[in-house]
Amino acid sequence: MNLEEIKSQIEANVPGCSLQILLNGSPSGQHSLLVDKEHGLTVASYLRDGASPKFDYCSNVTGVDWPLKETSTKQKTKKIVDGVESEVEEVIKTATGNYLEVVYHLFSMDARQGPLVLRMRTEDRVDQVHLPSLTPVWRSAELQEREVYDLFGVVFDGHPDLRRLLMWDDFKDHPMRKDYVDPDDYEYEPTAHDEVLKRMQAHYAAQGAPSASEETR
Amino acid sequence: MDEQLKSELRRQGVVATTLQELYNWGRKSSIWPLNFGLACCAIEMIATTMARYDLARFGAEVFRPSPRQADLMIVAGTVTKKMAPQVVRLYNQMAEPKYVISMGACAISGGPFKQGYNVLKGVDRYIPVDVYIPGCPPRPEALLDAFLMLQRKIDEQQLTGPSRPRHLQAKLPSEFDVPEYGEHDLTPAHNDSIWHVPLVHISNAGKNESGRD
Repeated sequence: MNLEEIKSQIEANVPGCSLQILLNGSPSGQHSLLVDKEHGLTVASYLRDGASPKFDYCSNVTGVDWPLKETSTKQKTKKIVDGVESEVEEVIKTATGNYLEVVYHLFSMDARQGPLVLRMRTEDRVDQVHLPSLTPVWRSAELQEREVYDLFGVVFDGHPDLRRLLMWDDFKDHPMRKDYVDPDDYEYEPTAHDEVLKRMQAHYAAQGAPSASEETR
Repeated sequence: MDEQLKSELRRQGVVATTLQELYNWGRKSSIWPLNFGLACCAIEMIATTMARYDLARFGAEVFRPSPRQADLMIVAGTVTKKMAPQVVRLYNQMAEPKYVISMGACAISGGPFKQGYNVLKGVDRYIPVDVYIPGCPPRPEALLDAFLMLQRKIDEQQLTGPSRPRHLQAKLPSEFDVPEYGEHDLTPAHNDSIWHVPLVHISNAGKNESGRD
């Protein structure tokens, strides 16, 4: 199974869709296919029914949170100012991320091939978090899309029963997002270290910490 | 009554006892646990009731499916925040006298999932616990040990006086507040009347021997 072949297959059969191969630099080399969300459902139906091999099984759905990440790199360029050549440093700012991503792992039971990793991205992380649900194509995605909705806050349009799965209905946050702050309910533990230790110190500082001279129990 | 005289009488075929002994003996010998498990500790709890470990030897073979008929709640496993109100409600529905064994690291403190977003940091935040069993999960022997410890605890209870158990004191509550689902956490996060944050030497935290007195 070649990802390039599948990409050209889809492009030939689903007009107007934009696909992009995302390379995976790790030794596993499990590259993935980024699909635009407008054609997500048509691409998925084509992969199940029309493609060769037919991807009839969706084994896994998961979410990834990509917060906005700004990196600035300095670049030296030569410029001619007043007839004198001088080196000027320019700062180039690049911003990546600021979207939520949903990853589908597809297998072909007939051809015993896979996984084909399919990705879709939302517009941003705040209000434009809608993606087409692929549950109408693969029933196995139903519960896992609910989980992604619960923990990441991706809203799946066309999902038959989009409710929270692990947290209760009135819960407002999305715990698996990178910027999730869990309630300040700190309780001392003897192994506190790193982030937990910092949170503990901040918690007790805010509460008026018992100082070392005070009696402990 | 003199212990020596009592054992002498027993040798002669006369059993002398007190109402308190009889009462405690009756209670401790037929503790019926509530039939529910929350996570993997429940598997060890089930193993404890089966033939090899045989909890029936101690009078607790009847796991009741209804809280109305149960005396003992074995909180066996991770209490998630979504499950916590139901656990407290089940406890409230049990008839006095009632006891709680907090089985395993999760039920004690949240265990390996303590920092998780959906795990209650110990069931003792909402209901009073009689015996804690550490372990992940504890072996059936540990549960048996906890059970015997609970029996000893019952055996030592006084029927009269200020130290008599809760079910004999009309003023003490037998039901505890059921937490509600809030927007970010359970509200309240713990029951103030039965649980307080343990206070430690915060200044020592982060150093070696952290927090020890």
